Amino acid sequence: DTVPPQVVPGADPSARQLCFAWGPAEVLVCETLFGRAGESRSRAGTAARALTGSVAGAGEGAPSSSRVYVVRRDQDIYIQTLRKLFNESHAIFMGLQRSEEELAGKSRKAQLVQVSKNYRSVIRACMEDMHQAAVSTRDPALQGQYSTQVSILSAMELIWNLCEILFVEAATAGPLLLRLLDWVRLHVCDVDSMVREVLSSESPSKHKLFWNVVDVFVLQGRMDEARHLLSKEASANPTSMNMYKILDDLMKKMPVPSLGNTQTLTELELKWQHWHEECQRYLQDGTFASNPHMESICKILLGDEDAILEKKELMTTWYHFLVTRLLYSHPTVKPMELRFYAQSSMDLFLGGESSPEPLDMILMAAFEFEMHQVIKECSIVLSNWWFVAHLTDLLDHCKLLQSHNLYFGSNMREFLLLEYASGLFSHHSLWQLGVDYFDHCPEYGRVYLELHIERIPLSTERKALKVLRICEQRQMHEQVRSICKIMAMKALRNNRLGSALSWSIRAKDAAFATLISDRFLKDYCERGCFSDLDLIDNLGPSMLLSDRLTFLGKYREFHRLYGEKRFPEAARLLLTLMTAHIAPCSFWMTLLTDALPLLEQKEVIFSAEQTYELMRCLEDLTAGNPDKQKFQDDDVETTKVEMLRLALARNLARVIVKEGTMEGS
Amino acid sequence: AMEDVSAKFVSQKISRTRWRPLPAAALQPPDLFATGSWDNEDNRISIWSAGDLGSSGLNGEYHGEPRLLCDIQHSGDVMDMQFLDQERIVVASSTGTVTVFRHHQNNQTLSANHRWEKAHYHVDQDTSCGGAACTGVVCNNPEIVTVGEDGRINLFRADQKDAVRTIDNADSSTLHAVTFLRTTEILTVNSIGQLKIWDLRQQRNEPSQIFSLAGDRVPLHCVDRHPNQQHIVATGGQDGMLSIWDIRQGTMPVSLLNAHEAEMWEVHFHPSDPDHLFTCSEDGSLWHWDTSTNVSEKPSFLHQGGRSTAYLSHSTINQSVVSAWLSNDPTKDRMEITNLIPNQTLSVNSLDVLGPCLVYGTDAEAIYVNRQLFA
Repeated sequence: DTVPPQVVPGADPSARQLCFAWGPAEVLVCETLFGRAGESRSRAGTAARALTGSVAGAGEGAPSSSRVYVVRRDQDIYIQTLRKLFNESHAIFMGLQRSEEELAGKSRKAQLVQVSKNYRSVIRACMEDMHQAAVSTRDPALQGQYSTQVSILSAMELIWNLCEILFVEAATAGPLLLRLLDWVRLHVCDVDSMVREVLSSESPSKHKLFWNVVDVFVLQGRMDEARHLLSKEASANPTSMNMYKILDDLMKKMPVPSLGNTQTLTELELKWQHWHEECQRYLQDGTFASNPHMESICKILLGDEDAILEKKELMTTWYHFLVTRLLYSHPTVKPMELRFYAQSSMDLFLGGESSPEPLDMILMAAFEFEMHQVIKECSIVLSNWWFVAHLTDLLDHCKLLQSHNLYFGSNMREFLLLEYASGLFSHHSLWQLGVDYFDHCPEYGRVYLELHIERIPLSTERKALKVLRICEQRQMHEQVRSICKIMAMKALRNNRLGSALSWSIRAKDAAFATLISDRFLKDYCERGCFSDLDLIDNLGPSMLLSDRLTFLGKYREFHRLYGEKRFPEAARLLLTLMTAHIAPCSFWMTLLTDALPLLEQKEVIFSAEQTYELMRCLEDLTAGNPDKQKFQDDDVETTKVEMLRLALARNLARVIVKEGTMEGS
Repeated sequence: AMEDVSAKFVSQKISRTRWRPLPAAALQPPDLFATGSWDNEDNRISIWSAGDLGSSGLNGEYHGEPRLLCDIQHSGDVMDMQFLDQERIVVASSTGTVTVFRHHQNNQTLSANHRWEKAHYHVDQDTSCGGAACTGVVCNNPEIVTVGEDGRINLFRADQKDAVRTIDNADSSTLHAVTFLRTTEILTVNSIGQLKIWDLRQQRNEPSQIFSLAGDRVPLHCVDRHPNQQHIVATGGQDGMLSIWDIRQGTMPVSLLNAHEAEMWEVHFHPSDPDHLFTCSEDGSLWHWDTSTNVSEKPSFLHQGGRSTAYLSHSTINQSVVSAWLSNDPTKDRMEITNLIPNQTLSVNSLDVLGPCLVYGTDAEAIYVNRQLFA
């Protein structure tokens, strides 16, 4: 089995060699400089239609190799009116994942059928919106687009409904036929306008399409409506009253399967046999011979294939023919017998005149109970992953796909969900929906999410917070770090040190917190005052994230104490910052300089012991500094050191005197 | 009751929903609301009719669904939005621009009435890409205050070209929301868990008071003030916690109430029944906090209309009423809290309450209107 090749409009592989770059949900295609030997160097088509690809950047009309094509996998994702479908079905999908698997057989089945119906009603709602849009627009191109979408949605609903009957509900002989009748009535709408026209006319029985409408009702098994119409005709023809009465009676008596358990299949078959024989008798004794319309109806009731096929135009499709045929010749058809009738109905109906279309093949596969074939055909034909992903997931919840494993990746359900969710992630706005789908792919969902989430553009902090929340809830530490780092870098570039710091605190990124703390300290050294005091004064426990941040917080505290004239406390803190090695060595000179005004205070603040420690700090700094040259060459630095030494010596003298007198007293 | 809620899928993620204010003497419930979208290639401001309450169409069906009246393109994400008056809406953009849109009710159109380009910016206002997201806006006609990711506070007057007052670098972290405390004072919340009061009369570029959360500095995302008792302030945080503050005393919240599991995006006291409070969150829930049941001797604040009552206008009475919001352990006082949307999975970004009506919008691209909140 091969998938048909995808043509990228405008890119011409016969002229030049193409190169590719794979993205998570898109492929970039461009033509290389390398031509193909011996082939004409025809240029690629100039007007690239945006069918499967859109031109990202175009050159100046010169060599075609200057174009880059973005090839998207899931084109329907970008249709505005379908966003309702994606969003509403997301809620249904989530409900299904949460639903109770433990529910016992019958109620579980009822639950799954309800889910299936919900999906279908969303498709129908979307179809109506699309139809409205088609009607209200004046742009013929747009109108065409909408109409195409309506027919695609309608086909999707048709297939889904059949799958619901055959696989989800798994209707058994009897009810199966009733369901198929409903299915045909719901979807064969081509004759509805004719029916409306006749019914609303002044006297329907005089209308030229009267018998057509009666036939439509009979073909769809709508007996009550057919009889109602016939009764009007009967009252207009008193002479053939008897004939009408007999036909009416036959139609009334026709046994139909019941949904409840009121009768067994055998009972039904018996009754049906009787009724069938009765019809046969009337036909043979020529009761309806005088009226070809009624005679043909009687033949239909008898399941006469030729008589039914004569009404081909009123049925419009082979599957309507199939259901009509079943109704009048095999009302108790079993699911497994469907395939034979389906195949022969299609052959008879198409009669070799036309070949089956993709939709016919999909429905046929469904009648054959080839679920995988249905999904495969749909994947190829439909321009979206939405349909197959959701249908497969539902069938998987019905425990119908267990046995099937793919030779690549994980199972089919997961494979399709991953494709669909990847498409959502390639959309600028729908990416949030994709997250939940990945969550329910046990094997590769996590990896996919990790790869995709990092590619979400973080345009505002609020959006970044939303992405971050997704990552944090799933313990995706790597991504959390990366998002916070990106945001912190952005803030830093914008000179928003406070914001930058709070992003690195959130990621517990010590290295980055150190980097930002250094920026704060550098700013302080340059300007002589702190910026962003509101932040630094309120670091709280986050101060412990990095040593430098701790120092920043403590150093600011020193300034606060100094400002509040709490000198002894300030002095003690200043000294601790050096002796406990909280301050980076590069900052010691600044700290010692900060000690100067404290040494010059009228009152003695540093004790003798503290002064010795300060002296040792200064000597360590000047002696231990590998960059000794700096101190010798720099006059300012030398003067500073000299001033400090002097101030320390004077303070020592004062404190010795003071402490001596205190001891003496 | 859930059956009173009507929903509409709008094919755009909704970041803000706001009821149009009612004229002073109005008796009927609000009928019009505005929405703003975010994260779209093409974001929009839209005006909706809430749909008729209880009236039936020709065929007897219920016309409950919100109906689009008009919309207009908006450059950038809609970060916040406030009605200035009956006709004008002020919109904060992620591009840093603040725009006043006018809703022309005679022909149902929207137009941009006035615009402050890059009211919020990083580094340099004149460069092509220097805009910083404007995160919050609050109006008290004709005054408009905006805050942003740039930590800046702007004070505009509706018809003046330039800002009346700008406080550059007012906050070193991101300002997430703003509201009026009194006519000249505003409240801001930021990304390091602080609540600040700014007095716009003072020329000092510093807050007059700073309150902050203890422990981890959890970012605060939204703020609202009690409509009658101005010292009671509610904020919502990144961890989904609802904090109630008494700004007359202390620097820490009076109570912390836990309901949401993720960022609380908006908090609103009911404007006329302030015993009721509503919050919404990234976790997809919308909580109704009801303290009206706990104090038996307290008069009922519940009203049908959208007007605020005169009952609390006397400061003496004001003092005598011990607000349920300030009791030390609100859980003991039988505060009733109800999640109005079970099973929602995507974020509820915004809500607004007025009279008996609630409107909210989600990342699941739907707007919901509940017209009988207290039924």
